[in-house]
Amino acid sequence: MTASATSPGERDTVRRRLHQKRKLANIVALALALTAMAFGLFWLIWILVETVRLGVGGLALSLFTEMTPPPLAEIGGLANAIFGSVMMVSLATLLGTPIGVLAGIYLAEFGRGSWLASTTRFINDILLSAPSIVIGLFIYAVVVARVGSFSGFAGILALALIVIPVVIRTTENMLALIPNALREAAYALGTPKWRVIMTVTLKAARAGVMTGILLAFARIAGETAPLLFTALSNQFWTSDLSQPMASLPVTIFKFAMSPYENWQKLAWAGVLLITLGVLVLNILARTFLRNKH
Amino acid sequence: MDAKVETPVGEQIKLSVRNLNFYYGGFHALKNITLDIPEKKVTAFIGPSGCGKSTLLRAFNRMYELYPEQRAEGEIIMDGSNLLTSKDDVSLIRAKIGMVFQKPTPFPMSIYDNIAFGVKLFESLPRVEMDERVEWALKKAALWNEVKDKLGQSGSGLSGGQQQRLCIARGIAIKPEVLLLDEPCSALDPISTGKIEELIHELKTDYTVVIVTHNMQQAARSSDYTAYMYLGDLIEFGRTQDVFMRPTKKDTEDYITGRFG
Repeated sequence: MTASATSPGERDTVRRRLHQKRKLANIVALALALTAMAFGLFWLIWILVETVRLGVGGLALSLFTEMTPPPLAEIGGLANAIFGSVMMVSLATLLGTPIGVLAGIYLAEFGRGSWLASTTRFINDILLSAPSIVIGLFIYAVVVARVGSFSGFAGILALALIVIPVVIRTTENMLALIPNALREAAYALGTPKWRVIMTVTLKAARAGVMTGILLAFARIAGETAPLLFTALSNQFWTSDLSQPMASLPVTIFKFAMSPYENWQKLAWAGVLLITLGVLVLNILARTFLRNKH
Repeated sequence: MDAKVETPVGEQIKLSVRNLNFYYGGFHALKNITLDIPEKKVTAFIGPSGCGKSTLLRAFNRMYELYPEQRAEGEIIMDGSNLLTSKDDVSLIRAKIGMVFQKPTPFPMSIYDNIAFGVKLFESLPRVEMDERVEWALKKAALWNEVKDKLGQSGSGLSGGQQQRLCIARGIAIKPEVLLLDEPCSALDPISTGKIEELIHELKTDYTVVIVTHNMQQAARSSDYTAYMYLGDLIEFGRTQDVFMRPTKKDTEDYITGRFG
């Protein structure tokens, strides 16, 4: 069946048949893609609906003003847990971001092709996929066990260790996407390397880098395991980072597993708070970044 | 090839290339190139893809140093010193020898800052003088009228042709002596190309311009001297009208007339 041997009419028939086949393949592929999307969205929406349904009953002003209550108490809130979470998550992000961004810059801009960079990248990938409970136990062993007490500091360290690999990865990837032509153009003006990175490449990649930081923030906002062995929890208000500190995920873990109704209600309210918090933060950052461009 | 010195007669020489060899790892990309680039003239490098014309251009501002596997041997002499072995910081060489690339590369900042960026590297000007410099550079690049009301807007919002003129303005804002243009029009439409070619013509009153182009008409229209290169060798170099009207080598004639390349 050579093309040259066929008449224009036959060629047309062949083309039509091929076209029909492609159209069918297209429909099948589209249907599969839509089904996969619907499957994913179905669970996501179910989770959101259940979170709102069960959590909205616990939403009250007292949630932000009252401490975590004893079992079966009439009143109570999550003030200490909210404060603890905000404190530890923010400080861990503040601690992990510069380290992650600088290491990402090293990998993308300085270490191309060097063995140190490829080793770092390999180890970072392992750290990225390390179960967070391992990180919690690590900090327990090297900090908590030595100092002799659970503390907010230990919690921050554990969370920062989760932030760092995420930020390294996204920073490196985003910088790698910047075309070399842009770097060359900056060097061609006589720009020193550090300035090329700070004012041109990092700036061009800033939306992606910010997204990475945000992803890391969202991830640690919901982490329970690394805090269980480090910050533990606290029934009372404390802003002293050398003391055990309450956090939303650990409180939710404790309250949701309990048989007490008031605790369960607060756990659901806490779940809703974390979900909404991360959602709002994402939306804010996205609109902010979009407007900047 | 013989290492005959190709010297334009009766011109001031800005850059002298002597026995330049260039290697990409083990690949010998430029073979014993020797030629002189006349001052305040436009010199075009032509030749088929892979002939080494961009490589030669990138040797002038030591752009190849960004890539550890690339190296150059020989001499490129400007103002009496060899650029390739100069002890001066490479930034200072690049301040004297500006470059514009194939694809427009506006920096992720405003039009104003795109121009001011390079100037700030070498001079600290008060605001008023900086404003004047930005206006001067944009006027020189024939872009001022199109952007004067939106200097605060992002450079990447401009059209391709405008972006390329922005890059030329950015290059001349730091007042270099030589301007290297690496296929500056290959990503542009004919109207933008026309504007850039006019601009090149204007620029040679103040600058030594070296342009790499794939476009034979462009070389014929806008250059004073032309170098034809093939597979890393300099085949022919001379006045553009001579190279195009009376090429001395058969290879050059074949390429120019479109029989090859």
